[in-house]
Amino acid sequence: MTNTTNKFKLSRRKLLTSAAAAGAGAAVFSGATPYSFVKGAYAADFRNDPSSQSFIKLGFNVPQTGPYADEGADELRAYQLAVKHLNGEGDGGMLTTMKPSSLKGNGILGKKVEYVTGDTQTKSDAARASAKRMIEKEGVTMFSGGSSSGVAIATQSLAQEMGVIFMCGLTHSNDTTGKDKRRYGFRHFFNAYQSGAALGPVLKDEMGTDRRAYHLTADYTWGWTQEESIKNTTEGLGWETVNTVKTPVGAGDFSQYITPVLNSGADVLILNHYGKDMINSLTQAVQFGLRDKQVNGKNFEIIVPLFSRLMAQGAGENIKGILGTTNWNWALQDAGSQAFVKSFGQEYGFPPSQAAHTCYVQTLLYANACEMAGTFYPPEVIKALEGFEFDGMGNGPTEYRAADHQCFKDVLVVRGNANPSTQFDLLEIVKEVPRAQVEYDPSIFGGELGPYEV
Amino acid sequence: MITATPRKDLLLMGIFTFAVLTMPIWLAPIGASYPDLLQRFAIFGIFAIGFNILFGLTGYLSFGHAAFLGVGSYTAVWSFKLLSMSVVPAVIFGVITSGLFAVVIGYISLRRSGIYFSILTLAFAQMSYNLAYSVLTPITNGETGLQLSLNDPRTLDSLVGVAATDGIPPTNFFGIEMSGYSGFYFCAILMIIGFYISMRIFRSPFGMMLRAVKSNSNRMSYTGLNMRPYTLTAFVISGMYAGLAGSLMAVTDPLAGAERMQWTASGEVVLMTILGGVGTLIGPVIGAGVIKYFENIFSAINENVLHGIFNFLPDFLEDGVVAILSLFVGEGWHLTLGMLFMLIVVFLPGGIVEGFSRIYARFRNKNNSTDGKADPIGSAKVQPGE
Repeated sequence: MTNTTNKFKLSRRKLLTSAAAAGAGAAVFSGATPYSFVKGAYAADFRNDPSSQSFIKLGFNVPQTGPYADEGADELRAYQLAVKHLNGEGDGGMLTTMKPSSLKGNGILGKKVEYVTGDTQTKSDAARASAKRMIEKEGVTMFSGGSSSGVAIATQSLAQEMGVIFMCGLTHSNDTTGKDKRRYGFRHFFNAYQSGAALGPVLKDEMGTDRRAYHLTADYTWGWTQEESIKNTTEGLGWETVNTVKTPVGAGDFSQYITPVLNSGADVLILNHYGKDMINSLTQAVQFGLRDKQVNGKNFEIIVPLFSRLMAQGAGENIKGILGTTNWNWALQDAGSQAFVKSFGQEYGFPPSQAAHTCYVQTLLYANACEMAGTFYPPEVIKALEGFEFDGMGNGPTEYRAADHQCFKDVLVVRGNANPSTQFDLLEIVKEVPRAQVEYDPSIFGGELGPYEV
Repeated sequence: MITATPRKDLLLMGIFTFAVLTMPIWLAPIGASYPDLLQRFAIFGIFAIGFNILFGLTGYLSFGHAAFLGVGSYTAVWSFKLLSMSVVPAVIFGVITSGLFAVVIGYISLRRSGIYFSILTLAFAQMSYNLAYSVLTPITNGETGLQLSLNDPRTLDSLVGVAATDGIPPTNFFGIEMSGYSGFYFCAILMIIGFYISMRIFRSPFGMMLRAVKSNSNRMSYTGLNMRPYTLTAFVISGMYAGLAGSLMAVTDPLAGAERMQWTASGEVVLMTILGGVGTLIGPVIGAGVIKYFENIFSAINENVLHGIFNFLPDFLEDGVVAILSLFVGEGWHLTLGMLFMLIVVFLPGGIVEGFSRIYARFRNKNNSTDGKADPIGSAKVQPGE
């Protein structure tokens, strides 16, 4: 330490001066360089271009742990099925019913489809790390996944930065195709606004116009926008909003949030929860006797605006008679749904959930857009998807709106089945709300898509 | 105790620098050579180096260091939003803000030592997490995470007349984009500087004082020394390291989420340090690397990959092996990590560095039985994790 004669000793001064010199050098060297000196050298040169290889890799980034893990597992099953069908294995599923379709069942543009998987942990950070691994290490040309809007929005903006298309899985927040929309992100699933618009008339018929609503809301982008949309709808009916309470995602125990509902004077509880959160909060609300209560001379009601069969399965008996909306249900009788349910059932032994459906459809839509564009070059694929109108995918005639990359189609209002005939027959369809009723002007949410070329 | 000579330190510094800068090459065979993971190695290396200055030297086990990581991230993202997409102000403000946080939290927490100190820091971190998660939503954007947007003011950038682009401009260091390998080298150089500073602290009288606090704080106070200025300084320094790591996370990926402050993140850095070797210079960096490798690579192995690896076996054997191994990869990576951690703590209390020293010592003893004392990587003194 005190050996000052040692010639190897690196003095503080020497270190500082050399570091400063190096820094200044770097600054001079790079100061005049334009910001994007490596990008756009050739227009058709893009990240993870698969044209030099015989296969194309897709990345499936789903929650395998955390409150949305059930949905994630089902999404992964659907992706694997979609890859099979695209490669011409199995019975082809919706490939046979999709109209118009450019898919040939020989992969995408003749390249065999391979896939990699990742765990989002339902956390934005982990999801982005996993997505980056897929893009930087595995070289995926498209990635997909979701089950949380927070994650979807975070990975979607990564997609834009990286120039790799992201096909959103299950994400229901208005922000995904609203204020946080991106050119490289596409959503087939419906959103909170559409849930509200579809649910409104049914609520009016069933519960009247003089109600007092209490919201419990998952504290993130999806919960916020769903609460806002449902509140706007119910207040439009003449309902009063007693209180809105935010709850943390993955809370497990909701009793501290449910107790105040009992004495709030509210006669409707709206649960803006999803996945295991919804199972827990609904179960506890029922245990607290909310559904047997009479408030203001009316039966106390519970509404779950975003419903899924997986959640219904988890909540068991408690789900009976409860209203909500869903993007798709396996009991639909159209040819597309039937084909999908059949091949999914053959593969896994049970019907698919709405999360599985949207992920399956998204994968096919991406593949089809590549075939239409005749290239994997993202700006061309994006243009093929924008404004694409199709049918035979389970939701009737559907359009990918170019202005915000949101799909427009019919929305289902469902109710927990009081007398299920099988263990999967948990939701009865109350109403198929036509597309025209849930459409809106894309400008109401703001946001900008951003550039095609990145 | 083996004396650490300046020559040895310089050698260590040289090897460390070389190893870090060539990481993209020698990590390629194990599939870890892609920019995002390399950046994580460097960032969490910094985090662990800083944590080790507090835990390794003073023995004060902080369970709330993730709070500083989060503060650094949020500050950096706000700097990108309000000031400039240049990373220089982001990093500087990130370090300063987390330093200020550390002063406040340290001032209160350091009134107690041992388990009480750990609990206090844990409580502060959990408070910060909950603040970020719900109360301070206008500043932190809650669970969704703070993100850049096209309409951010970026006042400094518009002052110097950076041309507006269609998309959100990338973070940059004097024009060099901070994604991909350039981002990694930026983090790596900061880690090397951080490592150098940490080494100087270890060798300084101040470091000696901190070690004295660890070995016998009673004696320290009997001799009339007030320890708190020293421990507080160590706490603030390590908080600033965490802030640097946090701001680098935002630099390489401009987004800040509340989960960075969660107690699991605080626990992770404790694991990293213990896994690598508490109180050693290089240990925390190795520990950080191992944990991040597990998190990113092991978690991505699915049954398909396993079938690919073992398809040379006959079918029934292959299925059996895959069925067993699949428990330990994919979402089961925590299980593997837990077992590894258990084995290390039981058999190598000094962490991976102790393992290296033992192998080195055995090697030396076999070849020439002169001086069996080995200190290949500056692990001047290996102390078991407490």
